[in-house]
Amino acid sequence: MTEDIGTTRRRFYIGAVYALWGVITGTLGVSALVYLFLPPSMRRGEEWVDAGNVTKLAPSAPVQLFFRRTRVDGWRVLSEQGSAWVVKSQQGAVTAFGPQCTHLGCAYHWDSGNHEFICPCHSSVFSIDGDVQSGPAPRPLDRYEAKVENGKLLLGRLHVSEGKEA
Amino acid sequence: MIRRWSAIQEWLDHRTGIATAVHKFLYEEIPASSGWHQVFGSIAVFLFLTQALTGALLAFNYAPLPGDAYNSLRYILTELTAGRLMRGLHHWGASMMIVVVVLHMVQVFLWGAYKKPRETTWMIGVVLLLLTLAYGLTGYLLPWDNRAYWGTVVTTQIINTVPVLGPYLARLLGGTGSIGVVTFVRFYGLHVLLLPPVTMLLIAFHIYLVRKHGVAPVPGDDQLPTKKFYPRQVFIDTIAIFIAFAVLFVMAVAVRVPLGQLADPTDISFTPRPEWYFLFLFQLLKLMPGPLEIVGSVVLPGLAVTALILLPFLDRGQMVKVTRRTFAFGAVLLAAIGWGSLTAAAVVSTPNEAKEMVDYSGPTDWMQLPPEEVAGIGYFHAESCISCHTVAGRGSTIGPDLANISKHRNAAWMIEHFKNPSAVRPGTSMPPIALASEQMNSLSAFLLKLTPENARSLLDDTPEFVIQGAMVFEKYACVNCHRVNGNGTQVGPPLNGVGRRRTRDWVKEHFAEPRKLSPGSIMPPYKFTPAELESITNYLFALPPDLSETLAGR
Repeated sequence: MTEDIGTTRRRFYIGAVYALWGVITGTLGVSALVYLFLPPSMRRGEEWVDAGNVTKLAPSAPVQLFFRRTRVDGWRVLSEQGSAWVVKSQQGAVTAFGPQCTHLGCAYHWDSGNHEFICPCHSSVFSIDGDVQSGPAPRPLDRYEAKVENGKLLLGRLHVSEGKEA
Repeated sequence: MIRRWSAIQEWLDHRTGIATAVHKFLYEEIPASSGWHQVFGSIAVFLFLTQALTGALLAFNYAPLPGDAYNSLRYILTELTAGRLMRGLHHWGASMMIVVVVLHMVQVFLWGAYKKPRETTWMIGVVLLLLTLAYGLTGYLLPWDNRAYWGTVVTTQIINTVPVLGPYLARLLGGTGSIGVVTFVRFYGLHVLLLPPVTMLLIAFHIYLVRKHGVAPVPGDDQLPTKKFYPRQVFIDTIAIFIAFAVLFVMAVAVRVPLGQLADPTDISFTPRPEWYFLFLFQLLKLMPGPLEIVGSVVLPGLAVTALILLPFLDRGQMVKVTRRTFAFGAVLLAAIGWGSLTAAAVVSTPNEAKEMVDYSGPTDWMQLPPEEVAGIGYFHAESCISCHTVAGRGSTIGPDLANISKHRNAAWMIEHFKNPSAVRPGTSMPPIALASEQMNSLSAFLLKLTPENARSLLDDTPEFVIQGAMVFEKYACVNCHRVNGNGTQVGPPLNGVGRRRTRDWVKEHFAEPRKLSPGSIMPPYKFTPAELESITNYLFALPPDLSETLAGR
């Protein structure tokens, strides 16, 4: 009889120890995960950056445009140079591609002879529409949100293109 | 399944011996008298581990350089989810650690558990107490706000007065004169690189010694059978740790730890105050002016620490029952009264302005508003606009949302509407507002500044003393001669950054008799009520020193 009470009590002690430590580590663990993985709240609205005048841009001849933009990096607000490969279509629509190859982030360039974008690192080739023609690039070129106002090209966020195999 | 599991355990134990070691640790024999009075050591170890975890997490988003340190901490507090929680846990965990370590020592002291053969255990414990205080001292500088900066200026000056060693210690800490990058990174290095491994080693040694000599028995324990550490004492320790954790977590969530203004070595208006557990030393210094100062800053604390370390050799008597240790109880009581009264005296003598600091741990959108608009927040609250209107998704829906009002209305329309709502909008249920016309100007100017992004922060995070001060500023039309946040005229000096030029007392005296302090001034004397004088002074000293700095720092 006494042994029964002893066993019950012992099991209660052990159960309580596991339960309470579970609550403590669970609470701390969830807090830590939330702190580490949830993105910071952005207090600054997205801004449109003026990338220059595009009225004189020739159709189907991509050019790399440089501009200054502010970038929020953690607690810092940086003013830095950015660039985009800008293409005007025959109809006059303007597209702006992010300047990095979608494979490993090298800077690619326009090969006017072959009429394609070429990445020097691993020979990824993109068409003038940004689609992958050949090479290891996993997805088309990323595009900036873009609009033209009074002849000026305004760029917004860089959107990562949908991943699809070439 | 269970058999496979035990086979794995057996394999692992055979190779590492971990299971056997854990078993030995848990099934340690402890005296029959063991129980609830022995939980504090376990809580202290738990708190140390929590501090290590939250400290590491904070370090993931913290830049240990003056300036950046402050901005990154603000980023943790205002932009990261659970960032405020992490800092709260670390801040209150530090305070709790001090409390628990002291309680642990008091328990060991009262029970006489430091006696032969446990002298070294006690002495290492005293060193661990000093290390805990060293964490408090070095960590205090890391937020790099005015409190941190000026508090540490005082600390390094005190270190400098230590006979013989002082100047060397001060040089080691990089602090002779003002405090800069060198002192900062040394404090940071001590706090995160040097103190933790030393503490861990000493904790390990401390626990090893406790195990080596066993938990101290009380007289009579030898007549009773011993107990096992597991599960009863583990259960007791766990309950105690859980209570400590619950208190810590609730404090971290509920009690906001403020962040002051960015450290400003030119701010002559700031009165430094140490953390609560150092307040007694601070008060002791005040009681010993002039040549006696060194007695309060070095001699008495030094004697106290020496006495603590040597305690096992000062008291070499036999173990007696705790209930018969009248002298020990007396000593603890005396120390508690001494500490308590010094701390209470320091708290009572805290000047009001030290309590009305701007809290930068939240959004500070109000700083960018001129006084007229800040006063408008006061009228907004006084007229209870929120009881009929919605602002950024909060309040009542009887009237329209005010966060976007600037898109549809202008000041002239609003003021007409305040005076006689039904004349402007027939059929409206809004009553006329009973404010003077300047007050209506203020209110409309404030409403026009509202946006869905800033509304909540302006209404919730603008400190009450700031609103009161801005209302006094409005009432006496200070803006007719002075500039604040770029608004106003330049007949008198601009008022941003007045804390860098003048002390609080100077400003207060100047209001009463401007010409006495600034001969030739055309400022008329002001007869404020005492409350108005406090409000306007607090407000002026809370203004951002330079508006462009706060704008850049978001």
